[in-house]
Amino acid sequence: MDDKLVVIKDLHVWFRVFGGYLKVLNGVNFTVRAGEKVAIVGETGCGKTTTVKSILRILAPQAKVVRGEIFFKGEDVLKMRPPRLQHLRGSGASMIFQDPTAALNPVFTLGDQISEIIRYSGSRPEGSGAEIRQLAIKALREAMLPDPERMLDNYPFQLSGGMRQRACIAMALATPRELLIADEPTTNLDVTIQDQVLRLVKTLVVQRGMSLILITHSLGVARETSDRVYIMYAGSMVEAAPTGEIFERPLHPYTQGLLSCIPKLTGEGVAEGIPGRIPDYLNPPPGCRFEPRCPHATERCRRSKPEFARVGDGHEVACFLYY
Amino acid sequence: MPGDILVVENLKKYFPIDKSTLLKRKTLYLRAVDGIDFTVREGETLGLVGESGSGKSTTAYTVIGMYAPTGGRILFKGREVAGQASERPLDIKKDMQMVFQDPGTSLNPQRTIGQIIALPARVHGLVSGGSVERKVIDLLEAVELPADYRYKYPRSIGGGERQMVAIARALATEPSFVVLDEPTSALDVSVQAKIINMLIRLQKQFKLSYLFITHDLSLMRNLATRVAIMYLGKIAEIAPTVEFFRSPKHPYTQMLLSSIPVVSKAEEELRPRRVESRGEIPSPVNVPPGCGFHPRCPMAMDICGQVDPVMVATGQDHLVRCHLYSGAARSFSAAD
Repeated sequence: MDDKLVVIKDLHVWFRVFGGYLKVLNGVNFTVRAGEKVAIVGETGCGKTTTVKSILRILAPQAKVVRGEIFFKGEDVLKMRPPRLQHLRGSGASMIFQDPTAALNPVFTLGDQISEIIRYSGSRPEGSGAEIRQLAIKALREAMLPDPERMLDNYPFQLSGGMRQRACIAMALATPRELLIADEPTTNLDVTIQDQVLRLVKTLVVQRGMSLILITHSLGVARETSDRVYIMYAGSMVEAAPTGEIFERPLHPYTQGLLSCIPKLTGEGVAEGIPGRIPDYLNPPPGCRFEPRCPHATERCRRSKPEFARVGDGHEVACFLYY
Repeated sequence: MPGDILVVENLKKYFPIDKSTLLKRKTLYLRAVDGIDFTVREGETLGLVGESGSGKSTTAYTVIGMYAPTGGRILFKGREVAGQASERPLDIKKDMQMVFQDPGTSLNPQRTIGQIIALPARVHGLVSGGSVERKVIDLLEAVELPADYRYKYPRSIGGGERQMVAIARALATEPSFVVLDEPTSALDVSVQAKIINMLIRLQKQFKLSYLFITHDLSLMRNLATRVAIMYLGKIAEIAPTVEFFRSPKHPYTQMLLSSIPVVSKAEEELRPRRVESRGEIPSPVNVPPGCGFHPRCPMAMDICGQVDPVMVATGQDHLVRCHLYSGAARSFSAAD
């Protein structure tokens, strides 16, 4: 238990909409150890972002945690009072978002935005302007932004997409943290820039002994960045394993389907894809949520939801085929 | 050459940017496409690959006639076609169609899918009164959608299905050449797989030639007959797919290939030796002198910052625009 930084147990989150509740998270089980790099892979709308937002308690107001527990360093996040929450967000974990253009404030300089974070988070609430400026320059330099002194006076629109994302990384890592959450940090970037940004994130996280949660829809990105991979489908984790293992021996039919329909450099063609689409969250299937699309579905899958169970060394899967 | 359905020669598209001040008139040009040559052969898929800002979409728009070119020629089936679509004869417009990246914005939200698909066929006089319904049902069938989808509106169907409607609309005029501008980049991989397989099937069924614009090289490995890489408005390398992935020549191609995240050891071995990606694509307003790639190139030599390389053949059908292969590098330093 000691080395576990984040533990999520059986988390159910619903969203209130006109006509009922969207039952989005359906029993998420998830663990991140100290110093571990974990990837969550899933397609659009599977609940990846909802899962990590609930760790920081930054869900939209219409979201409701129906059941489940979240622990950060053994402390129950859902029971935290505002001062503890600020501590969690200020020196526990920080987050990088998918769209750096929307994450940065367009009317303040990078210097203003980074200084604000340094001033209000962590252990240095006070500090002279010059001192804070030095820390901001250091943060920008570590994120490999060219000419950091001048960069402080730039506005976000003066930067390219790749540089904006580097600025967001600088802000997230300007003060010491234990966990970095990166929500599709490279989805809007070109492949050569993606490569640079991922290398940067990985280097900084390893250097500082932090943990990383990387959300992505790309299995390739997950493979090259993480130690362990979670595959998520329609509101719950369907498979988790050490990165090497999951690509060598994928067990869940959804994982196998995903892997087969990625275009590969070996050029063997592209499989037909997975039939059907993600279920309607207003009235999801009662049993396994993948059952309507699954080639191996049985009567049992229609009736009950498979547990997320251990099947091998560090390999967990939620599928009746394996127990 | 016989068998070429589309020939593009020295195509240029510059966009003027007004930088005038009170006292001085000044116009700069953004060189989106800066002198490119390529052909699309009958029945093949030419993959045009590049990063954002490389000019690949501008090339597509210019070929289809949405932009008038600044210079160069476009020959379609041996006929020279005018720059803008409004000046092109109807039979050429019928024969060239396009599928856009985002089916959420390329389909009219106020029309039913039946109306959307029928419109091009009506414009080109391919259907009359009673046969419209039949045509729409046939087209929906061709893209594997149920016939009753013709009564639905685009907003009520999924992203992948919308893209299938966009494909059906492109096929409505019975074209022989289709420009596909990143048709799957907004979709999830499981949906992408379905669309890609459908495009391959339709190509055989209707004898189509594709110009496929994309940033995804892995996808091109599985789909294209030939691949062209664009960088800063110019083609850096063009080769048949198998040859292209077996021996990529241009340093930019090598950098791109080695940046692709892959999912197996077998794939890892197919990537070129690690060429670490560095720098970013410069603005096409301030194009670097010489070769546009030299500020990022790990192999850059003195000549690269001064002379723009020309296309040279390094093998059957394999063209590279790089001083490493032109022999010019050697003679340049000898003359120095």
